Parts: sequence; structure tokens; C-alpha cells
Amino acid sequence: MRIACTVNGRTRVAEDVWEGSSLLAVLREHLDLPGSKNACEQGECGSCSVYLDGSLVCACLVLGGQAQGREVVTVEGLASGEVLHPVQEAFLEAGAVQCGFCTPGFVVATHDLLSRTPRPTTVQIREALAGNICRCTGYAKIIDAVHLAAERLSLPLKGEGPGGGAVQT
Amino acid sequence: MDFLQPTTWTEALAAKAAYPDAMPIAGGTDVMVEINFDRHRPPAFLDLTRVSELTEWGSEGGMLRIGAGVTYARVIGELGDRIPGLAMASRTVGSPQIRNRGTVGGNLGSASPAGDAHPPLLASRAIVELASVGGTRRLPLHEFFVGPKRNAMRKDELIAAFLIEPAQGPQQFSKVGTRNAMVIAVCSFGLAIEPERRRVGTGIGSAAPTPVTAPEAEKFIQGVLDEHDLWRTRASVSEAALARFGELVAATARPIDDVRGTAAYRRHALAVMARRTFTWAWNEYRGAA
Repeated sequence: MRIACTVNGRTRVAEDVWEGSSLLAVLREHLDLPGSKNACEQGECGSCSVYLDGSLVCACLVLGGQAQGREVVTVEGLASGEVLHPVQEAFLEAGAVQCGFCTPGFVVATHDLLSRTPRPTTVQIREALAGNICRCTGYAKIIDAVHLAAERLSLPLKGEGPGGGAVQT
Repeated sequence: MDFLQPTTWTEALAAKAAYPDAMPIAGGTDVMVEINFDRHRPPAFLDLTRVSELTEWGSEGGMLRIGAGVTYARVIGELGDRIPGLAMASRTVGSPQIRNRGTVGGNLGSASPAGDAHPPLLASRAIVELASVGGTRRLPLHEFFVGPKRNAMRKDELIAAFLIEPAQGPQQFSKVGTRNAMVIAVCSFGLAIEPERRRVGTGIGSAAPTPVTAPEAEKFIQGVLDEHDLWRTRASVSEAALARFGELVAATARPIDDVRGTAAYRRHALAVMARRTFTWAWNEYRGAA
């Protein structure tokens, strides 16, 4: 089947997709977007986390055809060209990246958390990231990174008054 | 393989009539696992995510009628004050990613004995609305579950909605698992107390071939509350009565030994959960005087 949807702000078309393919397979194998990782294929690990119409989902559990006409944002859509998103910067700085396989999912899930809860507590972070698994078990640094990103994003941006720290998308 | 994508409920029912073997899919949190692991290869998919009727909820004669496509995240966010028991259970489902996508209708369709929504729905005597091109029928939930992962639906039917009364009193839910998130229940328990009717409702998950109620336990604790005039006085319930309530809940279960736990453990845990959830709910009722 043919699937057309908006991915990271651009209209993309995937041709000859098997009807049983997941959105994750469409992104990785048809649209050349390998940022979302394929690990468990059962929604357990969160490494394929993407936005579907603004909602955080596991791309492996979305049937490709369900994304027809919808808006998808992947980890590739968070940075502005060569400039990393503050969440990505924070993960690097805090040492929250070890093997890196889980990182894209954690980054997208963190982005989603901070867009709704700009200054989360550690408990809120743990709950929001409960669906993302890091098999290097680097959770302490990941939580540090989320706090760091929250701090950065809550600071008023240059030329803006208080409250200008909404998460950039 | 066919991919059917109706945009109205009428179209969806027509599609299911024309393709009775089509696999209905909404949030995909159960269905896609089967597909990804090649455990099931349906001849067609019937995508229900474009059918807006399924995502609506509203009041109907004192009940809430909640579309089968309402997600767990929406149950928590929009209905948590009206049906707190189901909202508590919904908070224990998977992760944010799963709750954003998974639906109560899907939980009913999968009919897993371990489905998190089932115990609170049973405790509140929820009703399932099934529809086909031939018409609509409503079934009490306990008649809907007929075996492990089997329900009373015909091949031409889809789940339209479920009906549940807004809470008539305190509700509780408890679940045993190896983590606080992303976990299938080892066993679970839902409880609803209804002071006006002097009724206590129960629901047991993951400890019998289907989700079940515990009628003997309900009858026993209702008797204790009536006999000692506790609904009126709001006095505490004796430890002995609480323990007996737990025992009767455990005795109703028909658990098995499996990878998640032993039958003996499940029975023990159910007795503890029944006693605890009743205590929490009763304390809430006492505090609300």
C-alpha cells in the first residue's frame, strides 16, 4: 500500500508498504529515518518513541496505514539542522548516553514530558520515562539530564520575558 | 492483505459484515505485538482510529456511555473524577506511550484474564455494547467474558462502547506486578462500595480463566455492614470480618501456576489486596461523613 503522511514537517510518501508493517518499519525502511530504534517490537522498551499527531507513542505499535495523513515527529525532527535540541544537549552533557541505543526514545519522551511539565520532580520524571528502558542501566544520569534540560528550557530565552521557555519543537 | 479504513461507524459495521475475519485495530498495543511477532496474519485489517463516534463519551440515563476508542490517557484525564476505579487501573497500564494509544475497547476485545480495565468494570457492573449491521445488543460484562482471551462477540460484531455508572461511593484498585510500570498483572483486584444501595462490588483479574466477580465475598461483607449498622454509623469493620472478606475473594479465584506466579501466591495476594482495598475505601467513606 501507499502511505502519505507528514514527517518532521514535510510530506513524505512511502510506496509498496506491506499492510502489516508498523509505522516504525515505514520510518526506518521506507523513509530513511533510522533514528527511531527497533528493539522489542512490543511496546516494552520505548526506543521507537515518536509523536503521532502530537501524542507520544511507540511507533512499533502503530500500524503503518494508521499514520496515513497524520503528522509524525521523530527524533530527527527535534534538532534544528546541525543545532541539537536542548534536551539532546543535556543528555550529552550529563553523560546520559552510554551505548546510545535507547537515547532517541528517551529524548523524544523527555521532550514530551517537558512540553507538558516544564519543571518535573524526579518522581514525575521516573513515571514519564517508565516506558523507556536503558539496558546499560544509566538511569541516574538520564534523570540528571532531564533536570538539566528542564532548567535550561525554563530560563527565559534571549529577547523574551519570563515564561518564554516553552519547549522548542 | 486488505486494509480497511472506515471513517464512520456505519461504514465500520458494513466492513466487518463484508470481512468478518478482518482484525479490528485501534491503539494496536495488543494487535501489533501479534503481527510483529508473526503470531497472527489476518486476511485484513479494520482500522477503527478514524471512526470519531468511537472516541466520544457522554451520559445516558444515569450511566456513562464511553466509546470503545477512548484511550486510557483520556479515562484518566477526562473521567478520573467520575470513575476513579477505572482511572486507577488505567494508570497502571503500560507506560505513557501505551496509555496514549491503548483503549478500554481494545482491552475488552482482547479479553485477557489479566486485562487491567476488567476488575474495576466488573466491580461497577459495567455493560458492553456490541453492534453489527443487524443491530445493537448490550451484555453485562460477566456474560461477555467466556474464556481465556475469548469473548461473546460474533464475527460480524464490533465493540461500540461500554456503559458504567459514575461512582456511587469510594472505589479502589490494586495490582501485583514486578514493577510499578510496564507490567502485566500477576493478579489484580477492583472494588466499589455503594453506600446508597448498601452494596459492595468486586472484580478479580488474572486469577481465573476470565476476569470474575466474587459474589460470596460481596454478600458476606454486605451482611457484616448491615448487621452492625455500619453504613449508618461509619464505624470501623472488624479485623476478623476483613480477613474473612479476603479469604472469600481468594476462594472465588481459580488461579493457575504460570511464569508470573503460582496459584498459591495469587490466592494469598488476592486476600491481601481485597482486605487492603476494602480498608482504603471504607476509610474514605468514614472520612467523607
